Amino acid sequence: MTAPIGRRAFLWSAVGLAPVAVVGAAQDTSVAPLWQPGAVGRPRGAITNYENDPFIIDVERRLRCTCGCNLDIYTCRTTDFTCTYSPQLHREVIGLVEQDKSGEEILAAFVAKYGETALMAPPKQGFNWAGYLLPGIAITIVGVILAWVLLRRARRPATAAAGADVAGLSAEEQARLGAALDRLES
Amino acid sequence: MTVLGQLALWLALLLGVWGAVVGYLGGRRGDLALIQSARRTSYALAGILTVAVVALLTALVKNDFNVAYVASYSSRNLPLAYKLSALYGGQSGSLLFWAFVLSLFAAAAQWLTARRYAYLLPYAAAVTSVVTAFFVAVALFAANPFERLDFIPMDGRGLNPQLQNPGMVIHPPMLYLGYISITIPFAFAVAALFTRRLDVGWLHAIRKWTLLSWVFLSVGITLGMWWAYVELGWGGYWAWDPVENASFLPWLTMTAFLHSVMIQEKRGMLKRWNVILVGVSFALSIFGTFITRSGIISSVHSFTQSSVGYFFLAFLISGGLFMAWLTWSRWELLQTEARLESAVSREASFFFNNLLLVGMAFSVLWGTMFPIISELVRGTQVTVGPPFFNQVNIPIGLALLALTGIGPLIAWRRASPQNLQRHFLVPVALAALVALGLVAIRLSDFYAGVALTLAAFVTGTIVQEFVRGTGARHRLHGENYALAFARLVGRNRRRYGGYIVHLGIVTYFVAFTGQAFNQNLEASLKPGESVTMRSAYGDEYTFTHVGVSQYEALNRFVSAASVDVARNGQRVGVLTSEKRQHVDSFGRPSFEPSTEAAIRSTLREDLYVIYAGAVNGTEEAVYRFTINPLVAWVWIGGAILVFGGMITLWPGGGPSERSIQRGMEGYQAKLPAAGVGV
Repeated sequence: MTAPIGRRAFLWSAVGLAPVAVVGAAQDTSVAPLWQPGAVGRPRGAITNYENDPFIIDVERRLRCTCGCNLDIYTCRTTDFTCTYSPQLHREVIGLVEQDKSGEEILAAFVAKYGETALMAPPKQGFNWAGYLLPGIAITIVGVILAWVLLRRARRPATAAAGADVAGLSAEEQARLGAALDRLES
Repeated sequence: MTVLGQLALWLALLLGVWGAVVGYLGGRRGDLALIQSARRTSYALAGILTVAVVALLTALVKNDFNVAYVASYSSRNLPLAYKLSALYGGQSGSLLFWAFVLSLFAAAAQWLTARRYAYLLPYAAAVTSVVTAFFVAVALFAANPFERLDFIPMDGRGLNPQLQNPGMVIHPPMLYLGYISITIPFAFAVAALFTRRLDVGWLHAIRKWTLLSWVFLSVGITLGMWWAYVELGWGGYWAWDPVENASFLPWLTMTAFLHSVMIQEKRGMLKRWNVILVGVSFALSIFGTFITRSGIISSVHSFTQSSVGYFFLAFLISGGLFMAWLTWSRWELLQTEARLESAVSREASFFFNNLLLVGMAFSVLWGTMFPIISELVRGTQVTVGPPFFNQVNIPIGLALLALTGIGPLIAWRRASPQNLQRHFLVPVALAALVALGLVAIRLSDFYAGVALTLAAFVTGTIVQEFVRGTGARHRLHGENYALAFARLVGRNRRRYGGYIVHLGIVTYFVAFTGQAFNQNLEASLKPGESVTMRSAYGDEYTFTHVGVSQYEALNRFVSAASVDVARNGQRVGVLTSEKRQHVDSFGRPSFEPSTEAAIRSTLREDLYVIYAGAVNGTEEAVYRFTINPLVAWVWIGGAILVFGGMITLWPGGGPSERSIQRGMEGYQAKLPAAGVGV
């Protein structure tokens, strides 16, 4: 037979169980807990509208995660779920968005805090223009020179052919020469 | 066994030095005994390095954790396939693997090269021996795979979970085979320079090797993209990472070489350029290794930073200087034998093709090195990521795609206006039709539109070539169309295999356009909850979270989250993405949890689902859903490209004895009746 619980004991029990009850109420009881919650990596919060905001995604795609992964913040935070840097950087972006900063202002704030390396591509200014333009300029210049040389060589008379002296060939000989070269190509 | 492996490495080093000396002296003096010795040294190197590789594999399979390499890259519960792939999963093992494969290639080159090119073989043996000895020396003095620990760990650390993927078993060896086999064309180029016999002989001797190397590089790069796509979990396959770029660089220069070689073979032109291209390709293969192993540029693919970078830098500089001197000293002998007859000719288009390929290689190299250059010039670090590379390289890539179609349409030597009109009419009309169609459907991305239009143009040129060739055979020989087609390809493997390769390239470009239209969505879902997404084609996908199951597997603990997928209300199936916590044989976590994407691939698009984690340790799951259009075509393009490469490689499709003889004599066509030499 169980002894009846006294009023004082009941009160103390209620006080002791109160934190448990508060935690229990905070948890969503409609979702079952996992058997091994620690095996799925870093605990995650529920997704908010910020995570799918096109403006935020666009800004984050232009900013580099500082964890050393070479990825942008958006890709890193949605890929490398062990990274602790990208969620923090994402929160920083959200903080700046909540301050009504524009995309360029957010990028500038990151550059001010982390340096130019925070951007996924160098800003188009000063020496960085060399990075963007040098390959194109080099290809264009070489291409123009190549075209000029080709046109010049192609216009040169046939006597310049290496190891050959075809000057003074009659029309018939030139036709036979052409036919022979055609056979050579076939 | 490791003592045997260590001994084998030392012997390989001695043999490498011996092979270099006797190869050079044998070639220089024409001493048959020395030449024979150089050849046998190549075989002996392959044999002795096989012993070293077998020794390391035995240590891996037998769980000899006293060997530092085994303890670092294997564990008791690692599946056998991954124990074997651990051979090249770490720094020192991959160096040994490199030397081993190179020794096999060098021996095969000595064994298989036709006797008419025997004059090149001693010098080629000397070069391959030097390169093999270099890799063995790096393994011995900077990253020894047989180094022992002072104690015996109970278990090894295991292989990085991202490397525990079938793609990773095949991808690195393929890429290595590509990198390593470039040494053979390089060795023959050096041999040709030493012997001063700079006709087309050396080009014919290396033709198959060049193609083989290019095919291996192509397969390696494509498999690397596939691995990145299925394993890294970011939903893409190419991120312009420095290590990815390092594999792309020699591919570009080797592609340029494959084209410019044709001009030397056909017209005796571009001799200097070809020697330079082979040298640059070899240097870039070493440069890629330097980047991966030195830690000079940060990359997710890099090996641990170590002192091996200095070895590679020294080798790169000394090898570059030597090659520059050798080429310069033979400069006069490398004069062109023929003259360009018209600026509108196949030759001219190949010049521009080479310009763009090498220009793109420069552009990729420039972007890869720009962070270092910026720091040197400005003292400021910058990041050079995909936005930069896409901006700089997409226009070059599109110009290349256009030339892929233009080049084959222009006749050798000189194209007449009638010739141009006849060949260009159909492909241009097809491209115009596609362009109009794209405008009509209001395709939003400019570059994607240009790429698809050019793809139609190039496809038109390829189909036209096949149709005309088959039709001509049908008319001339009375063969039915199927037989005519088969014989057309079979008897002109190089030409038509090349067109199939071009078709593979077109397919790649079409697939790449899909990246402009991918859709992403993150969502946290309780069991039974759904989220919807619209694809680029306008289809509505519904993803319903089924639940999360957890279970133990061989060397890992798995949390698997499943979604039920429906398209436009029709059920498609269940996709399950996993979180894997790898454990050692004592059940202790060995790495951070990794993610396995769930992918449903169709020709139209891929559904790519990632289980990002659990909300507060419950079954409420965080997902990232991606719809990637046209990804399957990347792998199809790779398969087409390799198929085309195999056709060109197939024995018997090479130049005839007559054309070889003609090429080696020089480009003098005789007109006997007139007695005129041209």
